[in-house]
Amino acid sequence: MDRIMNFFASPAMKIVLIAAGILFPLVATSEYQIYVMALAFIWAIAVYGLNIITGYCGQLNLAHGGFFAIGAYAVGLLTVDYGWAFWPAFIAAGVIGAFLGFLVGVVSLRLKEHYFAIFTLCVGFIIFLLIEKWEEVTHGTLGVISIAPPEGFGLVDFTETIPFYYLVLFFLVLAIWLISRISRSLVGRTFLAIRISDDLAQSLGINLMRNKVLAFVLSTTYAGLAGALLAGVVRFIGPDLAEITHTFDVITYLLVGGIGTLMGPLVGTLLITWITQAVQSFEEYRMIVFGPLLVLLVIFMPRGIVGTFLTWRGRRLASRAPAKHSASRVEKKKNQEEAGTHG
Amino acid sequence: MAEHPLLKISNLTKRFGGLAAVNDVSVTFEAGKINAIIGPNGAGKTTFFNLVAGAMPPSEGSIEFQGMDVTGMSPDRIARLGIARTFQTTMLFDQSTVLDNLIVGHRLRTQSRLWDVIINSKRLRDEEKKCRARAEEVLDFVGLSHLGNRYILDISQEERKRVAFALAMATDPELVLLDEPAGGINPEETENLAALIRKMVAHGISVCLIEHKMDMIMSLADKIMVLDHGEKIAEGTPEQIKNDPVVIEAYLGSDEDVEA
Repeated sequence: MDRIMNFFASPAMKIVLIAAGILFPLVATSEYQIYVMALAFIWAIAVYGLNIITGYCGQLNLAHGGFFAIGAYAVGLLTVDYGWAFWPAFIAAGVIGAFLGFLVGVVSLRLKEHYFAIFTLCVGFIIFLLIEKWEEVTHGTLGVISIAPPEGFGLVDFTETIPFYYLVLFFLVLAIWLISRISRSLVGRTFLAIRISDDLAQSLGINLMRNKVLAFVLSTTYAGLAGALLAGVVRFIGPDLAEITHTFDVITYLLVGGIGTLMGPLVGTLLITWITQAVQSFEEYRMIVFGPLLVLLVIFMPRGIVGTFLTWRGRRLASRAPAKHSASRVEKKKNQEEAGTHG
Repeated sequence: MAEHPLLKISNLTKRFGGLAAVNDVSVTFEAGKINAIIGPNGAGKTTFFNLVAGAMPPSEGSIEFQGMDVTGMSPDRIARLGIARTFQTTMLFDQSTVLDNLIVGHRLRTQSRLWDVIINSKRLRDEEKKCRARAEEVLDFVGLSHLGNRYILDISQEERKRVAFALAMATDPELVLLDEPAGGINPEETENLAALIRKMVAHGISVCLIEHKMDMIMSLADKIMVLDHGEKIAEGTPEQIKNDPVVIEAYLGSDEDVEA
């Protein structure tokens, strides 16, 4: 039991996960499965973004899906209407996500708690309306068709599913790597202090606005880049991408996997994606299954699958520590580091 | 008067609509002392703390900290100048270890930004070491170094209070504001906490506290200020306060148990 428990939290787990990601196309039974997995990875990147502002920093951002759509539209419009290549448009999507995130953040983060959530809900809806109604720029309800795929520079063809899968996997690993750095660092600890309470954070000398805006900009940049990747694979996008349901999907992934944990976004996204695939034949009725499950999860496992596991493991280790008394310092330090990431 | 007083409050007033939660309070607190603020519920004690810590701007009056006018400054700047505080309800991150809760306490003495994190700069590594060391130091100071790896979930109320003290200490403060440190803990633990407060003062940290436990205050404080309906009705040593007829009438006299 303990060995399994420790394995899941060990550095070896990273290698196992990356290896599993690399080997997945070999064991997948159809190209469709690889495609679904690639899409799940893209959404996971978006969930990682939401996890920064909502999980670590504690501010429920309901405009996240909107920023995702902005990233997708940035790539779509720049490549289709302005003849940009994919990669410059991809970078532009990140920059636009960051810039708009900054503008929205500076205004909305003046509000606290549910007022912030309501404000961002409105921002998300405004983004949707802009995309749907501003036809001259966004093509309105027609959407954007035949978006440029990522150029492979003659080496690979990213219109093929498998190369694109590996491209997305690369960005996912990069995204997780950066978050793991941030969450473990003083910057991540600063976000976490804000999550506990604004008042506490300020009493510790933390500049609330600066740090919240930083977390917000990071999260919208992630959303923008994830959206850009989606545009690169789907190559057709419509205003429905900015609908609020996507924001709530992303929140669901985060809650199930574990809010404020490092691996939660990945676990939640993959789990729900594949469950959804499995019960696809139920169509709308699958919500009858999901709804109650989600309610139970929030009641009994408010920190999601990963969070519950980590807390359980951490407490178990800590309660055993006095018996051994100052277990070797190395192990102690390791535990602290792991606990420090909260995931 | 070569030295500035630690904290000089002049005509401090905070109005919420028509209600003056703090009304024209002037008081001076000296460094190296334990200063207490007492008063019935709703007397404006916590509002007074919020004003001093910068959590809300005063309607009128001024606050000078070590000779520097800090009136209307943001709370994070005030914290960096050296005023730390604890809250009535202890706020900590439950699903994390004691030590992890404390490391962020020294953040305000560090410079690392996002860029340092991305490139894993030497500055960041040094500062993280520094913060961890400071966390271990303050944990030791409050006598809980054996609980560093415990989850906040699994420690007692009194231990939480101590962790909150340690967190305030990690900011390297000159002055610590303690809002009801002994709320919700038993008499023996209260005694231990009082000893800890004395230890803080012995290490050169000035203390200002709000407390309802009279026997604790009377034995602990060097100076007491009494607030009632937002106004200062008395100020002095515990002896003076005990015998002040105004105080007895407004506060102590109404309840014999409290006086005992």
